[in-house]
Amino acid sequence: MSVELSEATRREIEAFIFREARLADEHDYEEWESLWTDDGHYWVPAAGIDNPDGAMSIINDNRSRISTRIAQLVTGRRYAQSPPSRLARSISNIEIGHVDGEFVVRAVFTLIEASRRGRHTWAGHVQYRLRHTAEGLRMASKCVDLVDRQFDVPTLAFLI
Amino acid sequence: MTQPVSTERVRDLIEPTRVHGSLYTSEEIFQIELEQIWYRGWVYVGHESEVPDAGMFVSKSIGPQPLIMTRANDGQVHVLHNRCSHRGNLVCMADSGSTNSFRCPFHGWNFALDGSLLGYPHPEGYGGRHQLDDLPLPHVARTEAYEGFVFASLADDGPSLIEHLGDAADGISRLVSLSPERRLDLRAGWLQHRAHANWKLIVENETDGYHPQFVHGSIFSVGDSRIGDLYGEHSAALTRDFGNGHSENDLRPEFRKNDAPMWWFGSSEERVPEYAAAMRRAYGDDEARRIMVDGSPHVMVFPNLFIAEITLFVLQPLSVGVTVQHSTALQLAGAGELNRKMLHQCIGSAGPAGMLLADDTEMYERNQEGLGSREPAWIDTRRGLHRESQDSDGHPIGSANDEIGIRGFWRHYSSLVGDVELAASTRP
Repeated sequence: MSVELSEATRREIEAFIFREARLADEHDYEEWESLWTDDGHYWVPAAGIDNPDGAMSIINDNRSRISTRIAQLVTGRRYAQSPPSRLARSISNIEIGHVDGEFVVRAVFTLIEASRRGRHTWAGHVQYRLRHTAEGLRMASKCVDLVDRQFDVPTLAFLI
Repeated sequence: MTQPVSTERVRDLIEPTRVHGSLYTSEEIFQIELEQIWYRGWVYVGHESEVPDAGMFVSKSIGPQPLIMTRANDGQVHVLHNRCSHRGNLVCMADSGSTNSFRCPFHGWNFALDGSLLGYPHPEGYGGRHQLDDLPLPHVARTEAYEGFVFASLADDGPSLIEHLGDAADGISRLVSLSPERRLDLRAGWLQHRAHANWKLIVENETDGYHPQFVHGSIFSVGDSRIGDLYGEHSAALTRDFGNGHSENDLRPEFRKNDAPMWWFGSSEERVPEYAAAMRRAYGDDEARRIMVDGSPHVMVFPNLFIAEITLFVLQPLSVGVTVQHSTALQLAGAGELNRKMLHQCIGSAGPAGMLLADDTEMYERNQEGLGSREPAWIDTRRGLHRESQDSDGHPIGSANDEIGIRGFWRHYSSLVGDVELAASTRP
Protein backbone atom coordinates (compact mmCIF):
# COMPACT_ATOMS: atom_id res chain seq x y z
CA MET A 1 0.00 0.00 0.00
CA SER A 2 3.00 2.30 0.07
CA VAL A 3 2.89 5.12 -2.42
CA GLU A 4 4.92 8.24 -2.90
CA LEU A 5 3.33 10.97 -0.81
CA SER A 6 4.36 14.57 -0.96
CA GLU A 7 5.97 15.89 2.17
CA ALA A 8 3.09 18.37 2.48
CA THR A 9 0.51 15.58 2.40
CA ARG A 10 2.41 13.56 4.95
CA ARG A 11 2.58 16.58 7.26
CA GLU A 12 -1.13 17.26 6.80
CA ILE A 13 -2.02 13.68 7.74
CA GLU A 14 0.26 13.64 10.76
CA ALA A 15 -1.13 16.97 11.93
CA PHE A 16 -4.64 15.57 11.62
CA ILE A 17 -3.78 12.51 13.70
CA PHE A 18 -2.02 14.52 16.38
CA ARG A 19 -4.99 16.87 16.57
CA GLU A 20 -7.40 13.95 16.85
CA ALA A 21 -5.31 12.61 19.75
CA ARG A 22 -5.23 15.97 21.49
CA LEU A 23 -8.98 16.54 21.18
CA ALA A 24 -9.59 13.07 22.65
CA ASP A 25 -7.10 13.67 25.47
CA GLU A 26 -8.72 17.01 26.28
CA HIS A 27 -12.30 15.67 26.13
CA ASP A 28 -13.14 18.26 23.48
CA TYR A 29 -16.06 16.08 22.44
CA GLU A 30 -17.79 18.20 19.85
CA GLU A 31 -14.57 19.20 18.06
CA TRP A 32 -13.57 15.52 18.03
CA GLU A 33 -16.92 14.53 16.54
CA SER A 34 -16.47 17.10 13.76
CA LEU A 35 -13.45 15.11 12.52
CA TRP A 36 -15.71 12.30 11.28
CA THR A 37 -17.17 11.80 7.83
CA ASP A 38 -20.91 11.12 7.58
CA ASP A 39 -20.24 7.38 7.19
CA GLY A 40 -17.72 7.13 10.00
CA HIS A 41 -17.03 3.82 11.74
CA TYR A 42 -15.36 3.63 15.17
CA TRP A 43 -14.27 0.14 16.13
CA VAL A 44 -12.47 -1.36 19.14
CA PRO A 45 -12.43 -5.15 18.63
CA ALA A 46 -13.01 -7.65 21.43
CA ALA A 47 -10.97 -10.77 22.16
CA GLY A 48 -10.55 -13.14 19.25
CA ILE A 49 -12.62 -11.06 16.82
CA ASP A 50 -11.25 -10.13 13.42
CA ASN A 51 -14.50 -9.05 11.80
CA PRO A 52 -17.10 -6.91 13.57
CA ASP A 53 -20.06 -8.46 11.75
CA GLY A 54 -22.03 -10.79 13.96
CA ALA A 55 -19.55 -10.56 16.81
CA MET A 56 -19.03 -8.67 20.04
CA SER A 57 -16.84 -5.56 20.06
CA ILE A 58 -15.78 -3.23 22.85
CA ILE A 59 -16.92 -0.39 20.58
CA ASN A 60 -18.58 -0.80 17.18
CA ASP A 61 -20.13 2.59 16.46
CA ASN A 62 -21.69 3.63 13.20
CA ARG A 63 -21.90 7.38 12.66
CA SER A 64 -25.23 7.63 14.43
CA ARG A 65 -23.92 5.85 17.51
CA ILE A 66 -20.78 8.01 17.55
CA SER A 67 -23.19 10.95 17.91
CA THR A 68 -25.05 9.21 20.73
CA ARG A 69 -21.78 8.43 22.51
CA ILE A 70 -20.71 12.07 22.26
CA ALA A 71 -24.13 13.34 23.32
CA GLN A 72 -23.99 11.14 26.41
CA LEU A 73 -20.56 12.49 27.34
CA VAL A 74 -21.70 16.06 26.78
CA THR A 75 -24.52 15.70 29.34
CA GLY A 76 -21.88 15.77 32.08
CA ARG A 77 -23.70 12.84 33.70
CA ARG A 78 -21.76 10.10 31.93
CA TYR A 79 -20.44 9.18 35.38
CA ALA A 80 -17.72 6.89 34.06
CA GLN A 81 -16.17 10.11 32.66
CA SER A 82 -17.50 12.63 35.12
CA PRO A 83 -15.17 13.71 36.53
CA PRO A 84 -13.09 13.02 33.41
CA SER A 85 -9.87 10.99 33.46
CA ARG A 86 -6.63 12.84 32.82
CA LEU A 87 -5.18 11.45 29.61
CA ALA A 88 -1.90 11.67 27.72
CA ARG A 89 -1.27 9.61 24.60
CA SER A 90 1.58 9.49 22.16
CA ILE A 91 1.29 8.25 18.63
CA SER A 92 4.23 6.95 16.66
CA ASN A 93 5.36 4.50 13.97
CA ILE A 94 3.09 6.22 11.48
CA GLU A 95 2.81 4.52 8.10
CA ILE A 96 0.66 6.01 5.40
CA GLY A 97 -0.83 4.23 2.44
CA HIS A 98 -3.30 5.26 -0.21
CA VAL A 99 -6.18 2.98 -1.22
CA ASP A 100 -9.25 3.84 -3.34
CA GLY A 101 -8.96 7.56 -2.81
CA GLU A 102 -8.44 7.29 0.93
CA PHE A 103 -5.38 7.41 3.12
CA VAL A 104 -4.91 4.32 5.24
CA VAL A 105 -2.80 5.25 8.23
CA ARG A 106 -1.34 2.79 10.68
CA ALA A 107 0.23 3.84 13.94
CA VAL A 108 1.07 2.67 17.45
CA PHE A 109 -0.15 4.48 20.55
CA THR A 110 0.43 4.44 24.27
CA LEU A 111 -1.91 6.24 26.61
CA ILE A 112 -1.74 6.84 30.34
CA GLU A 113 -5.10 7.29 32.03
CA ALA A 114 -5.11 8.76 35.52
CA SER A 115 -8.38 8.57 37.38
CA ARG A 116 -9.56 7.90 40.90
CA ARG A 117 -9.28 4.18 40.06
CA GLY A 118 -5.52 4.64 39.61
CA ARG A 119 -3.15 4.80 36.65
CA HIS A 120 -3.80 2.56 33.69
CA THR A 121 -1.69 2.10 30.59
CA TRP A 122 -3.58 1.61 27.37
CA ALA A 123 -1.67 0.67 24.21
CA GLY A 124 -2.36 -0.74 20.83
CA HIS A 125 -2.26 -0.50 17.10
CA VAL A 126 -4.54 1.99 15.49
CA GLN A 127 -5.67 2.20 11.90
CA TYR A 128 -7.41 5.20 10.39
CA ARG A 129 -9.01 5.75 7.02
CA LEU A 130 -8.83 9.44 6.15
CA ARG A 131 -10.51 11.17 3.24
CA HIS A 132 -10.34 14.62 1.70
CA THR A 133 -13.77 16.29 1.81
CA ALA A 134 -15.04 19.79 1.10
CA GLU A 135 -14.35 20.56 4.80
CA GLY A 136 -10.81 19.22 4.60
CA LEU A 137 -9.32 15.96 5.80
CA ARG A 138 -11.85 13.81 7.71
CA MET A 139 -11.84 10.44 9.47
CA ALA A 140 -13.91 7.70 7.81
CA SER A 141 -12.86 4.97 10.21
CA LYS A 142 -10.76 4.42 13.27
CA CYS A 143 -9.94 0.96 14.54
CA VAL A 144 -8.14 0.59 17.86
CA ASP A 145 -6.63 -2.85 18.41
CA LEU A 146 -5.76 -2.96 22.11
CA VAL A 147 -2.76 -5.10 23.01
CA ASP A 148 -4.64 -6.56 25.98
CA ARG A 149 -7.99 -7.16 24.37
CA GLN A 150 -7.83 -10.90 25.00
CA PHE A 151 -7.83 -10.16 28.74
CA ASP A 152 -10.22 -8.27 30.97
CA VAL A 153 -9.92 -4.48 30.79
CA PRO A 154 -11.28 -1.75 33.04
CA THR A 155 -13.91 0.77 32.08
CA LEU A 156 -13.11 2.58 28.84
CA ALA A 157 -15.51 5.51 28.71
CA PHE A 158 -13.18 8.19 27.33
CA LEU A 159 -12.42 8.52 23.62
CA ILE A 160 -9.72 6.00 22.80
CA MET B 1 -22.53 7.15 65.77
CA THR B 2 -23.52 3.58 65.07
CA GLN B 3 -23.54 1.00 67.79
CA PRO B 4 -20.71 -1.48 67.98
CA VAL B 5 -21.69 -4.88 66.64
CA SER B 6 -21.27 -8.09 68.49
CA THR B 7 -20.15 -10.50 65.80
CA GLU B 8 -19.10 -14.06 66.14
CA ARG B 9 -20.55 -15.45 62.95
CA VAL B 10 -21.16 -14.06 59.48
CA ARG B 11 -24.91 -14.10 60.15
CA ASP B 12 -24.46 -11.35 62.76
CA LEU B 13 -23.56 -9.04 59.87
CA ILE B 14 -26.83 -9.66 58.04
CA GLU B 15 -30.10 -8.30 59.37
CA PRO B 16 -33.52 -8.25 57.67
CA THR B 17 -33.24 -4.61 56.61
CA ARG B 18 -29.52 -3.87 56.72
CA VAL B 19 -26.17 -5.54 56.07
CA HIS B 20 -22.75 -4.68 57.41
CA GLY B 21 -20.26 -2.90 55.14
CA SER B 22 -17.46 -5.30 56.05
CA LEU B 23 -19.22 -7.99 53.99
CA TYR B 24 -17.85 -6.22 50.90
CA THR B 25 -14.35 -5.45 52.15
CA SER B 26 -13.21 -8.31 54.37
CA GLU B 27 -10.61 -10.68 52.90
CA GLU B 28 -11.67 -13.32 55.39
CA ILE B 29 -15.30 -13.15 54.32
CA PHE B 30 -14.27 -13.42 50.66
CA GLN B 31 -12.39 -16.64 51.44
CA ILE B 32 -15.46 -17.94 53.29
CA GLU B 33 -17.60 -17.13 50.25
CA LEU B 34 -15.26 -18.99 47.91
CA GLU B 35 -15.49 -22.10 50.06
CA GLN B 36 -19.18 -21.98 50.94
CA ILE B 37 -20.74 -20.49 47.81
CA TRP B 38 -18.45 -20.60 44.78
CA TYR B 39 -16.75 -23.94 45.46
CA ARG B 40 -19.80 -25.70 46.84
CA GLY B 41 -23.06 -24.57 45.25
CA TRP B 42 -24.17 -24.47 41.63
CA VAL B 43 -22.32 -21.87 39.56
CA TYR B 44 -23.03 -21.06 35.92
CA VAL B 45 -20.15 -22.10 33.67
CA GLY B 46 -21.17 -21.85 30.02
CA HIS B 47 -23.70 -22.67 27.36
CA GLU B 48 -23.82 -25.85 25.31
CA SER B 49 -24.03 -23.79 22.11
CA GLU B 50 -20.49 -22.54 22.74
CA VAL B 51 -19.23 -26.06 21.95
CA PRO B 52 -21.65 -27.29 19.28
CA ASP B 53 -19.39 -30.00 17.82
CA ALA B 54 -17.19 -32.75 19.20
CA GLY B 55 -13.62 -31.51 19.65
CA MET B 56 -14.60 -27.97 20.61
CA PHE B 57 -13.67 -26.31 23.88
CA VAL B 58 -13.93 -22.99 25.69
CA SER B 59 -11.97 -21.73 28.68
CA LYS B 60 -14.23 -20.95 31.63
CA SER B 61 -13.90 -20.33 35.35
CA ILE B 62 -15.45 -20.45 38.77
CA GLY B 63 -14.06 -17.48 40.64
CA PRO B 64 -10.26 -17.64 40.37
CA GLN B 65 -10.28 -21.33 39.32
CA PRO B 66 -9.70 -21.99 35.61
CA LEU B 67 -11.92 -24.56 33.93
CA ILE B 68 -12.35 -25.96 30.43
CA MET B 69 -15.77 -26.79 28.99
CA THR B 70 -15.50 -29.30 26.16
CA ARG B 71 -17.61 -31.34 23.78
CA ALA B 72 -15.88 -34.73 23.69
CA ASN B 73 -16.14 -37.53 21.14
CA ASP B 74 -18.96 -39.01 23.21
CA GLY B 75 -20.99 -35.94 22.20
CA GLN B 76 -21.30 -34.90 25.85
CA VAL B 77 -20.33 -31.60 27.42
CA HIS B 78 -17.62 -31.97 30.06
CA VAL B 79 -16.42 -29.42 32.59
CA LEU B 80 -12.81 -30.09 33.53
CA HIS B 81 -10.28 -28.41 35.76
CA ASN B 82 -7.63 -26.68 33.67
CA ARG B 83 -4.88 -28.23 35.71
CA CYS B 84 -2.57 -31.03 34.64
CA SER B 85 -2.89 -34.02 36.95
CA HIS B 86 0.90 -34.37 36.95
CA ARG B 87 2.23 -31.10 38.38
CA GLY B 88 -0.66 -28.70 38.11
CA ASN B 89 0.24 -26.77 34.97
CA LEU B 90 -2.43 -25.18 32.79
CA VAL B 91 -3.12 -27.60 29.95
CA CYS B 92 -5.17 -25.13 27.87
CA MET B 93 -4.13 -21.56 27.10
CA ALA B 94 -6.63 -20.71 24.37
CA ASP B 95 -9.96 -18.99 25.04
CA SER B 96 -11.67 -21.36 22.63
CA GLY B 97 -10.95 -23.68 19.73
CA SER B 98 -11.04 -27.21 18.39
CA THR B 99 -8.58 -29.93 19.23
CA ASN B 100 -8.13 -33.69 19.42
CA SER B 101 -6.53 -33.47 22.84
CA PHE B 102 -4.94 -31.19 25.42
CA ARG B 103 -1.19 -31.75 25.60
CA CYS B 104 0.41 -30.27 28.68
CA PRO B 105 3.46 -28.37 27.46
CA PHE B 106 5.40 -29.01 30.68
CA HIS B 107 6.05 -32.77 30.34
CA GLY B 108 3.87 -33.75 27.41
CA TRP B 109 1.03 -35.53 29.15
CA ASN B 110 -1.88 -35.78 26.76
CA PHE B 111 -5.57 -35.69 27.71
CA ALA B 112 -8.74 -36.39 25.73
CA LEU B 113 -11.57 -33.87 25.80
CA ASP B 114 -13.42 -36.07 28.27
CA GLY B 115 -10.42 -35.70 30.58
CA SER B 116 -9.03 -39.22 30.22
CA LEU B 117 -5.24 -39.51 30.13
CA LEU B 118 -4.29 -40.68 26.64
CA GLY B 119 -0.60 -41.00 27.25
CA TYR B 120 2.61 -39.63 28.70
CA PRO B 121 6.13 -39.50 27.27
CA HIS B 122 8.79 -42.02 28.31
CA PRO B 123 6.29 -44.38 29.97
CA GLU B 124 8.99 -46.69 31.31
CA GLY B 125 9.47 -44.11 34.08
CA TYR B 126 6.06 -45.17 35.35
CA GLY B 127 6.53 -48.88 34.68
CA GLY B 128 4.93 -48.72 31.23
CA ARG B 129 1.84 -47.41 29.50
CA HIS B 130 -1.63 -47.19 31.10
CA GLN B 131 -0.24 -47.13 34.62
CA LEU B 132 -1.80 -43.75 35.53
CA ASP B 133 -5.50 -44.28 34.98
CA ASP B 134 -6.11 -42.60 38.34
CA LEU B 135 -4.78 -39.33 36.94
CA PRO B 136 -7.23 -37.96 34.39
CA LEU B 137 -7.74 -34.24 33.86
CA PRO B 138 -10.31 -34.05 36.64
CA HIS B 139 -13.97 -33.30 36.07
CA VAL B 140 -15.64 -30.86 38.40
CA ALA B 141 -17.57 -32.81 41.04
CA ARG B 142 -20.97 -32.28 39.41
CA THR B 143 -22.15 -30.90 36.07
CA GLU B 144 -25.80 -30.40 35.10
CA ALA B 145 -27.49 -28.44 32.35
CA TYR B 146 -30.85 -26.73 32.11
CA GLU B 147 -32.08 -25.68 28.63
CA GLY B 148 -28.45 -25.66 27.44
CA PHE B 149 -27.18 -23.63 30.41
CA VAL B 150 -24.33 -25.63 31.95
CA PHE B 151 -23.75 -25.30 35.69
CA ALA B 152 -21.06 -26.90 37.83
CA SER B 153 -20.68 -27.63 41.48
CA LEU B 154 -17.29 -28.39 43.00
CA ALA B 155 -18.96 -30.37 45.83
CA ASP B 156 -20.00 -34.01 45.59
CA ASP B 157 -23.32 -33.49 47.30
CA GLY B 158 -25.94 -30.83 47.72
CA PRO B 159 -29.21 -29.89 46.06
CA SER B 160 -29.74 -30.84 42.41
CA LEU B 161 -29.50 -28.06 39.83
CA ILE B 162 -33.25 -27.99 39.36
CA GLU B 163 -33.74 -27.68 43.13
CA HIS B 164 -31.24 -24.83 43.17
CA LEU B 165 -32.86 -22.99 40.27
CA GLY B 166 -36.39 -23.33 41.63
CA ASP B 167 -38.73 -20.98 39.82
CA ALA B 168 -35.82 -18.99 38.38
CA ALA B 169 -35.76 -21.85 35.85
CA ASP B 170 -38.91 -20.30 34.43
CA GLY B 171 -36.89 -17.19 33.54
CA ILE B 172 -34.45 -19.32 31.57
CA SER B 173 -37.31 -21.11 29.82
CA ARG B 174 -38.94 -17.81 28.90
CA LEU B 175 -35.67 -16.66 27.37
CA VAL B 176 -35.30 -19.85 25.35
CA SER B 177 -38.89 -19.62 24.11
CA LEU B 178 -38.01 -16.34 22.37
CA SER B 179 -36.22 -18.51 19.83
CA PRO B 180 -38.49 -20.09 17.22
CA GLU B 181 -36.25 -23.14 17.53
CA ARG B 182 -36.26 -22.94 21.36
CA ARG B 183 -32.49 -22.74 21.28
CA LEU B 184 -29.85 -20.11 22.02
CA ASP B 185 -26.67 -19.68 19.99
CA LEU B 186 -24.12 -17.91 22.16
CA ARG B 187 -21.14 -17.62 19.84
CA ALA B 188 -20.77 -13.88 19.35
CA GLY B 189 -17.70 -13.72 21.62
CA TRP B 190 -17.18 -12.10 25.00
CA LEU B 191 -16.37 -8.76 26.54
CA GLN B 192 -14.36 -8.94 29.74
CA HIS B 193 -14.88 -5.92 31.93
CA ARG B 194 -12.89 -5.60 35.15
CA ALA B 195 -14.64 -3.92 38.05
CA HIS B 196 -12.61 -2.89 41.07
CA ALA B 197 -15.48 -3.86 43.32
CA ASN B 198 -16.84 -6.74 45.34
CA TRP B 199 -19.01 -9.18 43.38
CA LYS B 200 -22.02 -8.70 45.65
CA LEU B 201 -22.35 -5.03 44.72
CA ILE B 202 -22.78 -6.18 41.13
CA VAL B 203 -25.30 -8.91 41.95
CA GLU B 204 -27.36 -6.46 44.00
CA ASN B 205 -27.32 -3.89 41.22
CA GLU B 206 -28.64 -6.42 38.68
CA THR B 207 -31.88 -6.56 40.66
CA ASP B 208 -31.96 -2.89 41.71
CA GLY B 209 -34.69 -1.06 39.83
CA TYR B 210 -34.08 2.09 41.85
CA HIS B 211 -30.80 3.13 40.17
CA PRO B 212 -31.49 3.24 36.40
CA GLN B 213 -33.11 6.66 36.20
CA PHE B 214 -30.19 8.16 38.11
CA VAL B 215 -27.11 6.23 36.98
CA HIS B 216 -28.35 6.00 33.39
CA GLY B 217 -30.10 9.35 33.14
CA SER B 218 -27.42 10.56 30.72
CA ILE B 219 -28.17 7.94 28.08
CA PHE B 220 -31.94 8.01 28.62
CA SER B 221 -31.87 11.76 27.99
CA VAL B 222 -30.09 11.47 24.64
CA GLY B 223 -31.45 8.18 23.32
CA ASP B 224 -35.02 7.03 22.85
CA SER B 225 -34.75 4.48 25.65
CA ARG B 226 -37.85 3.65 27.69
CA ILE B 227 -35.92 1.87 30.41
CA GLY B 228 -36.22 4.81 32.80
CA ASP B 229 -40.02 4.71 32.73
CA LEU B 230 -40.08 0.93 33.18
CA TYR B 231 -38.47 1.43 36.58
CA GLY B 232 -40.20 4.71 37.41
CA GLU B 233 -42.46 5.51 40.31
CA HIS B 234 -45.64 4.69 38.39
CA SER B 235 -44.40 1.56 36.63
CA ALA B 236 -46.53 -1.58 36.85
CA ALA B 237 -43.38 -3.72 36.72
CA LEU B 238 -42.52 -5.95 39.67
CA THR B 239 -39.46 -7.03 41.57
CA ARG B 240 -39.59 -10.68 42.58
CA ASP B 241 -37.61 -12.77 45.05
CA PHE B 242 -37.55 -16.29 43.59
CA GLY B 243 -35.82 -17.73 46.66
CA ASN B 244 -32.35 -19.36 46.71
CA GLY B 245 -30.90 -15.90 46.04
CA HIS B 246 -32.47 -15.59 42.57
CA SER B 247 -34.45 -12.52 41.66
CA GLU B 248 -36.32 -10.95 38.81
CA ASN B 249 -37.28 -7.52 37.62
CA ASP B 250 -40.49 -8.58 35.94
CA LEU B 251 -41.28 -6.01 33.25
CA ARG B 252 -44.15 -8.01 31.73
CA PRO B 253 -46.89 -5.97 33.42
CA GLU B 254 -45.61 -2.89 31.55
CA PHE B 255 -45.18 -4.78 28.28
CA ARG B 256 -48.67 -6.26 28.59
CA LYS B 257 -50.14 -2.82 29.20
CA ASN B 258 -48.76 -1.80 25.82
CA ASP B 259 -49.84 -5.14 24.36
CA ALA B 260 -47.68 -4.72 21.26
CA PRO B 261 -45.40 -7.52 20.03
CA MET B 262 -41.68 -6.56 20.19
CA TRP B 263 -42.41 -3.36 22.11
CA TRP B 264 -40.13 -4.81 24.79
CA PHE B 265 -37.27 -4.42 22.29
CA GLY B 266 -38.34 -0.95 21.20
CA SER B 267 -39.45 -2.49 17.92
CA SER B 268 -42.46 -3.97 16.16
CA GLU B 269 -43.27 -7.08 14.14
CA GLU B 270 -43.04 -5.03 10.95
CA ARG B 271 -39.43 -4.16 11.72
CA VAL B 272 -38.41 -7.80 12.31
CA PRO B 273 -40.61 -9.60 9.78
CA GLU B 274 -38.46 -12.72 9.39
CA TYR B 275 -38.40 -13.24 13.14
CA ALA B 276 -42.12 -12.59 13.62
CA ALA B 277 -43.00 -15.00 10.81
CA ALA B 278 -40.72 -17.69 12.22
CA MET B 279 -42.27 -17.28 15.67
CA ARG B 280 -45.82 -17.57 14.32
CA ARG B 281 -44.86 -20.70 12.37
CA ALA B 282 -43.23 -22.22 15.43
CA TYR B 283 -45.83 -21.40 18.09
CA GLY B 284 -49.02 -20.48 16.28
CA ASP B 285 -50.37 -16.93 16.17
CA ASP B 286 -51.69 -16.59 19.72
CA GLU B 287 -48.73 -18.10 21.57
CA ALA B 288 -46.20 -16.32 19.33
CA ARG B 289 -47.93 -13.03 20.00
CA ARG B 290 -47.95 -13.66 23.74
CA ILE B 291 -44.22 -14.45 23.76
CA MET B 292 -43.39 -11.40 21.64
CA VAL B 293 -45.45 -9.15 23.94
CA ASP B 294 -43.94 -10.55 27.15
CA GLY B 295 -40.40 -10.11 25.87
CA SER B 296 -37.08 -11.19 27.31
CA PRO B 297 -36.55 -11.71 31.04
CA HIS B 298 -34.42 -9.76 33.50
CA VAL B 299 -33.37 -12.48 35.92
CA MET B 300 -30.40 -12.80 38.26
CA VAL B 301 -29.53 -16.45 38.92
CA PHE B 302 -27.49 -16.78 42.10
CA PRO B 303 -24.57 -16.31 42.25
CA ASN B 304 -23.22 -15.37 38.84
CA LEU B 305 -25.61 -15.58 35.87
CA PHE B 306 -27.49 -12.46 34.88
CA ILE B 307 -29.95 -12.63 32.01
CA ALA B 308 -30.50 -9.00 31.03
CA GLU B 309 -33.03 -9.02 28.17
CA ILE B 310 -30.48 -8.75 25.34
CA THR B 311 -27.24 -9.55 27.15
CA LEU B 312 -25.93 -12.47 29.16
CA PHE B 313 -23.58 -11.52 31.99
CA VAL B 314 -21.40 -13.95 33.91
CA LEU B 315 -19.70 -12.70 37.08
CA GLN B 316 -16.27 -13.90 38.10
CA PRO B 317 -14.94 -12.76 41.46
CA LEU B 318 -11.13 -12.70 41.54
CA SER B 319 -10.59 -11.16 44.95
CA VAL B 320 -12.57 -9.29 47.58
CA GLY B 321 -12.26 -6.09 45.53
CA VAL B 322 -12.01 -7.30 41.92
CA THR B 323 -14.71 -8.89 39.77
CA VAL B 324 -14.69 -9.56 36.04
CA GLN B 325 -17.99 -9.14 34.20
CA HIS B 326 -18.13 -11.35 31.12
CA SER B 327 -20.83 -10.34 28.67
CA THR B 328 -22.15 -11.58 25.36
CA ALA B 329 -25.17 -10.82 23.20
CA LEU B 330 -28.14 -13.13 23.55
CA GLN B 331 -28.59 -14.69 20.14
CA LEU B 332 -31.66 -16.78 19.31
CA ALA B 333 -31.49 -19.68 16.88
CA GLY B 334 -33.70 -19.04 13.87
CA ALA B 335 -34.38 -15.40 14.78
CA GLY B 336 -33.42 -13.87 11.44
CA GLU B 337 -32.69 -10.15 11.52
CA LEU B 338 -33.48 -9.83 15.20
CA ASN B 339 -30.09 -11.24 16.19
CA ARG B 340 -28.16 -8.51 14.40
CA LYS B 341 -30.27 -5.85 16.11
CA MET B 342 -29.90 -7.48 19.53
CA LEU B 343 -26.15 -7.68 19.04
CA HIS B 344 -25.99 -4.02 18.04
CA GLN B 345 -27.93 -2.97 21.15
CA CYS B 346 -25.90 -5.25 23.38
CA ILE B 347 -22.58 -3.81 22.20
CA GLY B 348 -23.91 -0.29 22.69
CA SER B 349 -24.88 -0.94 26.29
CA ALA B 350 -22.53 -3.61 27.71
CA GLY B 351 -18.84 -3.93 28.41
CA PRO B 352 -16.01 -1.50 29.25
CA ALA B 353 -17.25 1.20 26.85
CA GLY B 354 -20.95 0.35 27.13
CA MET B 355 -23.30 3.28 27.50
CA LEU B 356 -24.96 1.55 30.46
CA LEU B 357 -22.35 -0.76 31.97
CA ALA B 358 -19.48 1.73 32.09
CA ASP B 359 -21.61 3.88 34.39
CA ASP B 360 -22.84 0.93 36.44
CA THR B 361 -19.25 -0.15 36.92
CA GLU B 362 -18.23 3.37 37.88
CA MET B 363 -20.88 3.15 40.62
CA TYR B 364 -19.61 -0.25 41.81
CA GLU B 365 -16.10 1.16 42.10
CA ARG B 366 -17.17 4.32 43.91
CA ASN B 367 -19.35 2.16 46.16
CA GLN B 368 -16.39 -0.07 47.00
CA GLU B 369 -14.29 2.97 47.83
CA GLY B 370 -17.13 4.50 49.86
CA LEU B 371 -17.39 1.31 51.90
CA GLY B 372 -13.80 1.88 52.96
CA SER B 373 -15.34 4.50 55.20
CA ARG B 374 -16.32 2.77 58.42
CA GLU B 375 -19.22 5.03 59.36
CA PRO B 376 -22.08 4.44 59.03
CA ALA B 377 -21.19 0.78 59.33
CA TRP B 378 -24.39 -0.60 57.80
CA ILE B 379 -26.03 -0.54 54.38
CA ASP B 380 -29.77 -0.09 54.29
CA THR B 381 -31.94 -2.58 52.39
CA ARG B 382 -35.47 -1.70 53.56
CA ARG B 383 -36.84 -0.01 50.45
CA GLY B 384 -40.37 -1.27 49.78
CA LEU B 385 -40.59 -3.44 52.89
CA HIS B 386 -43.95 -1.92 53.88
CA ARG B 387 -45.48 -2.70 50.49
CA GLU B 388 -44.02 -6.17 50.01
CA SER B 389 -46.61 -8.81 49.07
CA GLN B 390 -46.65 -12.27 47.53
CA ASP B 391 -47.45 -13.50 44.06
CA SER B 392 -49.63 -16.54 43.39
CA ASP B 393 -46.57 -18.81 43.71
CA GLY B 394 -45.79 -17.43 47.15
CA HIS B 395 -42.76 -15.41 46.03
CA PRO B 396 -42.22 -12.04 47.69
CA ILE B 397 -42.89 -9.23 45.19
CA GLY B 398 -42.68 -5.48 45.29
CA SER B 399 -42.78 -2.50 43.00
CA ALA B 400 -40.38 -1.99 40.10
CA ASN B 401 -37.78 -0.20 42.21
CA ASP B 402 -38.04 -1.95 45.58
CA GLU B 403 -35.18 -3.82 47.22
CA ILE B 404 -36.99 -7.15 47.20
CA GLY B 405 -34.33 -8.99 45.24
CA ILE B 406 -31.56 -7.53 47.37
CA ARG B 407 -33.20 -8.75 50.57
CA GLY B 408 -33.77 -12.15 48.97
CA PHE B 409 -30.11 -12.33 48.00
CA TRP B 410 -28.99 -11.70 51.56
CA ARG B 411 -31.45 -14.17 53.04
CA HIS B 412 -30.01 -16.93 50.88
CA TYR B 413 -26.44 -15.76 51.39
CA SER B 414 -26.94 -15.93 55.15
CA SER B 415 -28.25 -19.49 54.85
CA LEU B 416 -25.00 -20.48 53.07
CA VAL B 417 -22.35 -18.66 55.07
CA GLY B 418 -24.17 -17.47 58.17
CA ASP B 419 -22.91 -20.25 60.47
CA VAL B 420 -19.26 -19.63 59.72
CA GLU B 421 -17.36 -18.18 62.65
CA LEU B 422 -15.24 -15.10 62.11
CA ALA B 423 -11.74 -14.82 63.52
CA ALA B 424 -11.77 -12.54 66.53
CA SER B 425 -9.37 -10.08 64.94
CA THR B 426 -11.61 -9.41 61.94
CA ARG B 427 -14.86 -8.92 63.80
CA PRO B 428 -16.08 -5.38 63.27
